[in-house]
Amino acid sequence: MTIHLYMGNEAIGMGAVHAGVRFVAGYPGTPSTEVLETVAKANDGSIHVEWSTNEKAALEAAIGASWSGARALVTMKQVGLNVASDPLMTLSYIGVKAGLVLVVADDPGPISSQTEQDTRSFGKFSKVPVLDPSSSGECYGMIQDAFEISEKYSTPVILRPTTRICHACGTVKTRGGIADCAPAEAFKHADVDENDPSWDEGRTKPEGFVRDTLRWVVFPRTSYENHGKVERRATQMAEDFAESYHPNRIEMSGKRRAYNDPSWQNLGKASDAASFGVACGGISYHYVREALERLGADVPIMKVSTPYPFPVKMAQSFLNMCDEILVVEELDPVIERELVSLCGQDYLKRTIHGKLDGTLPYAGEQSVENVTKVLAGLLGIPAEQAAFTSAGDLATAPKPAIPARPPVLCAGCPHRASFYAVKKAVGKRPAVFCGDIGCYTLGNAAPLDMVDTCVCMGADITIAQGIKTVDPEKIVFSFIGDSTFFASGITGVINAVYNRHDIIICVLDNSTTAMTGMQPHPGTGHTMMGVDGSAVSIPAIFDALGVDNVTVNPLDAEAAQAAVRDAIEKTGVRAIIFKSPCVNISKPLHPPVVINQETCIGCHKCIDQIGCPGIIIRDGRVEIDETLCFGCQLCRSICPTGAIEKGEE
Amino acid sequence: MSNTVPEGAYPLMDKALQNGPLNCVICGVGGQGNVLASRLIADMLLAKNEHVKTAETIGMAQRGGSVMSHVRGGHPQSPLVPRGTANVMIAFEPGEAVRCIDFLAPDGLIVVNTRATQSPSAALERSSYDGTDALAWLEELPTATVLKVDGDAICKQVGSPRVLNIVLLAAAVKTGAIGCTREALEDAIRGRVKERFHAMNLKAIDLVFGA
Repeated sequence: MTIHLYMGNEAIGMGAVHAGVRFVAGYPGTPSTEVLETVAKANDGSIHVEWSTNEKAALEAAIGASWSGARALVTMKQVGLNVASDPLMTLSYIGVKAGLVLVVADDPGPISSQTEQDTRSFGKFSKVPVLDPSSSGECYGMIQDAFEISEKYSTPVILRPTTRICHACGTVKTRGGIADCAPAEAFKHADVDENDPSWDEGRTKPEGFVRDTLRWVVFPRTSYENHGKVERRATQMAEDFAESYHPNRIEMSGKRRAYNDPSWQNLGKASDAASFGVACGGISYHYVREALERLGADVPIMKVSTPYPFPVKMAQSFLNMCDEILVVEELDPVIERELVSLCGQDYLKRTIHGKLDGTLPYAGEQSVENVTKVLAGLLGIPAEQAAFTSAGDLATAPKPAIPARPPVLCAGCPHRASFYAVKKAVGKRPAVFCGDIGCYTLGNAAPLDMVDTCVCMGADITIAQGIKTVDPEKIVFSFIGDSTFFASGITGVINAVYNRHDIIICVLDNSTTAMTGMQPHPGTGHTMMGVDGSAVSIPAIFDALGVDNVTVNPLDAEAAQAAVRDAIEKTGVRAIIFKSPCVNISKPLHPPVVINQETCIGCHKCIDQIGCPGIIIRDGRVEIDETLCFGCQLCRSICPTGAIEKGEE
Repeated sequence: MSNTVPEGAYPLMDKALQNGPLNCVICGVGGQGNVLASRLIADMLLAKNEHVKTAETIGMAQRGGSVMSHVRGGHPQSPLVPRGTANVMIAFEPGEAVRCIDFLAPDGLIVVNTRATQSPSAALERSSYDGTDALAWLEELPTATVLKVDGDAICKQVGSPRVLNIVLLAAAVKTGAIGCTREALEDAIRGRVKERFHAMNLKAIDLVFGA
């Protein structure tokens, strides 16, 4: 047993390794990315780890691994599950052989996502059980439980951490660190009888795929039968989760017990405090506990760690204990709706506070601060006790103005140069710029202002087709990154070719998946197994589809603008591949540029046209921040007096 | 200015440890080494057998935007430091200290780098932001303590802007506010940072401690 400081995602990765996972696939997406990277780091070569082209490909590959007898893990962010939903819905009916677990990270806030969708609701929709960890420690344990549950009930299982779980570190007791965690050792899972010779063989050497068409081939007739089985399975799991899954619990005065512990009997009648209770799950559980500690209040807490199938019996016990319940959860009111529904079913008259009655907001994260305030109000505790007075509240002078600091494209980022080339070449002609998901979404900010639409991975190419059809007077561009192009852009290109659309596709190829932290993708040829495979060529894909395409270095401003002007003159589907590596995976091409203060006329064109963080104003003068400048030379092509000079090599 | 860091003057964190969770926030601009600073504090507390939780900004918000890390020792529930409860704030530049001031406890300590980090949006607005107003405002806070550190001067002596996080962290350690020793910080660096960067980080600590 070793104590480590693990980020939630690291704890999940290590837990999966210790559970004997053999096949791991995923697509990068904040806040889920580090799970797969952790497994890759710990891998001694016996685990297959891959970044798949997208989440659907990842899940389908994992299904094949599970059906061949190897424990499989799939990782993605919540919107990734939308892409993988097609195989998941059917897999839920067919079931698994070896354990198959999806780690789907939700993002309340949202902090870096398009939606605040709730994977707990997706679990209910797809009838797939969902485990909801509340700390790094629970991440480590629950991922191992998830594999056991998957095999016991023959179902895929979703582990759903949220950003504050994924990216928070906590102390975790594990059976070893990344360095001393050889998977061969890891297969000796605590709950398994190591003396049973068949077990070790079964785990280390997967059985392989065994033909069984009635089981692995989906037919309407078998689906009818499986539907009934799936519903019975859910009912059974709900009972088992309430009875014996210890992260589900009711606790009071720091005592944690199963719901059916006899000492809870008559609690509601014995104590006034117990007529009020709090139901919660995930990170909200810790917000609630901290709020109660702060207020010095002692009320029963029901922690729901399996939001689907809902632990009905535990909840019924809690409803019998409390007349009034506050439900604290992020995203959808999942626990709250279950409680309201149980009140109806059991003819109980209870007051339930939460999102449905407006006590807590639907959108955004929960916090210790807002939970404390709401609890103080409901418990009749004076507002002063719930105040969070800060040093800033006691300030006597008004706060000084400080600059806004939204995320921006890095100094030297080739995307800035690509956007600038298109902007210059288009000039005053009416045009639409369809954007996509990645660092280059930041091209929407002033002064570039080059993103008019953004929906989901790959949508730039297809939305452009709809816009051009209805609004043919405008030139319609679509911008897509290299990883996004592989993930879901190609289908849209084929659609454009087949249906004879008229768009200019700009592939911003920086040779990495930059936004999520430099993951390789099919275009790079690098794999998570350390083997350099065959890189997939984007120009070759366009050639094969008969799409007129040209590759240009965006940092060569003249050539890049010429390529865009050329494309504007043509019609049909044409593509420009702007190819230059991300600054985070390459060394500066040149030393920082230098501003000649003698010849600088202070026109600020360099600042106003490209908004590079490396160009700053200090004491009224335009200067270069040498710690940031990447020497890309883009600004030099803008300066009307040639005052931006090449730095000395 | 490094020599003006008063040794052992603010044993706030030790006091906080006895009274509940101790809280630290680290604020700055994406890319300044915020996450490493937060992990090093966590490592030092862990070495003292504290239960630790941290929360960091990772992902889209990193790219040159405002970032903030939370570190909590003792027996924290939430990984996030609640408003008005940070015993110590380590600020990589003055404006970010002002932005995050609501996290600081009324009697908290601010360890702040004196040099302002420019922002492209400020340049677009022709703002001449240089951090002077921000520093003056922080110093006028009636109940908080401000420790100004000329981090850039030490970075120049070390020869790398990358050690700013260690400079500020060492200054905070020197005051006693983190409740950890210089040796604990050096151990944490050896345990977490790649070996080829040890020398420059240890040199930064030497310069802060005036050894």
